[in-house]
Amino acid sequence: MREIQVSTVTDTVARLCVQACTVLPEDVKTRIYDSRKTEPWSTAQDILDVIIENFETNGPIPLCQDTGMACVFLELGQEVHITGGSLYDAVNVGVAKGYTDGLLRKSVVGDPLRRVNTNDNTPAMIYTDIVPGDRLTITVAPKGFGSENMSRIAMLKPADGIDGIKKFVLETVENAGPNACPPLTVGVGIGGTFDKAALLAKKALIRDMDAHHPDPFYAQLETELLDNINRLGIGPQGLGGKTTALWLSIETMATHIAGLPCAVNINCHSTRHAKEVL
Amino acid sequence: MAISVTLPMTKEATTSLRAGDSVLLSGTIYTARDAAHQRLHEMMQAGETLPFDLDGASIYYVGPSPAQPGMAVGSAGPTTSSRCDKYTPDMLDAGLRVMLGKGKRSDAVKQAVVRNSAVYLAATGGAGAMLARCIKDAEIVAFPEFGTEAVRKLTIENFPAVVILDIHGGDYYETARQSYLKTAES
Ligand code: SF4
Repeated sequence: MREIQVSTVTDTVARLCVQACTVLPEDVKTRIYDSRKTEPWSTAQDILDVIIENFETNGPIPLCQDTGMACVFLELGQEVHITGGSLYDAVNVGVAKGYTDGLLRKSVVGDPLRRVNTNDNTPAMIYTDIVPGDRLTITVAPKGFGSENMSRIAMLKPADGIDGIKKFVLETVENAGPNACPPLTVGVGIGGTFDKAALLAKKALIRDMDAHHPDPFYAQLETELLDNINRLGIGPQGLGGKTTALWLSIETMATHIAGLPCAVNINCHSTRHAKEVL
Repeated sequence: MAISVTLPMTKEATTSLRAGDSVLLSGTIYTARDAAHQRLHEMMQAGETLPFDLDGASIYYVGPSPAQPGMAVGSAGPTTSSRCDKYTPDMLDAGLRVMLGKGKRSDAVKQAVVRNSAVYLAATGGAGAMLARCIKDAEIVAFPEFGTEAVRKLTIENFPAVVILDIHGGDYYETARQSYLKTAES
């Protein structure tokens, strides 16, 4: 068994929170630069220039004031022994430290209806996968709610098929319009159960923007859906243009003979995530 | 060319703005988002005096991140305005004149904009670090217990925005997209 101290987890999570909120990942930057080159609409070009200047010059200031809920993905090797305390407590202490010391915004209320701010952005939304090996991979993906609010799930039926999926994805993006700070990134989860589809959609958002779905059938669907979205004309900030979305990823899994769950998790151009392997 | 606009704005000044105009805002604007709107609206209904005079006032839908040393605020881009739509028509009828945020508004808000000679502007969502540089001063004037959602009095300088809803019923989200789609088709 390889031992990992909870204090290492805490420090790593804290560092990743700050990094994710202040440094846009290279794959996202590349997509934005590429879109700027091919965008024909002048208003859209100007907005993309502002977005580029924002991530090139923000320094230690968060890219966006909505530094989100801290979504923390743990891939825990089954040969890892966590020592010194609770793993989840360590993650939450890390989030509190990162958001406090890093001057990130505290955007979490402790109860959904009584709504009092917890003042340290905890609790984190923690997603754990047990995997082979002796490493712990931590990904922090702060999720803003301007875009989260525009996400949707549909329990489609088998007869709805691929056309039903296409229709639902496009409707969701249309409905998001300017609210989710386009250009968007779109995560689509197909299959599983009601909850698993939503999780797949969220996981699709942290996938590298160069990596298509390994199955060519879904890789092709990713390309087709992105093309269709970019024909809607919504454009950056909803003021027209070709660049409505930067990227779309699909994650899939087995499902029931009676169902075709489809979840669409909308993210903005501030698609932030940072990863470290311990 | 962007039009320089001084806040607070007079009714005459809003009359000359058209959906699609680029503006640079300078002057005083108050921050208020979900929690502050709910509270302000409750105070209005109870006939209480608001923490700032709504008549002719400007509101920015924003919850800034904490200020870096030497800055008035941290990152401070717009949040989605429509979450305040439930309260906005009443506030416009009470004198609110300028709203700054992002995203679509309800029909009730659009009608109240026209009725009251108000204006709705959008700033670039997600460009909070850059926009923060246009904010020179920030002072909490109400509800400090709301944290980022407290009402702050901001002094801004050449803050870039675009007119979305004007007093003539124009909606730039609709017209901008339509014009683009026309050129894309041809
Ligand atoms: S949708 Fe994204 S870019 Fe827009 S305000 Fe929220 S986190 Fe920021």
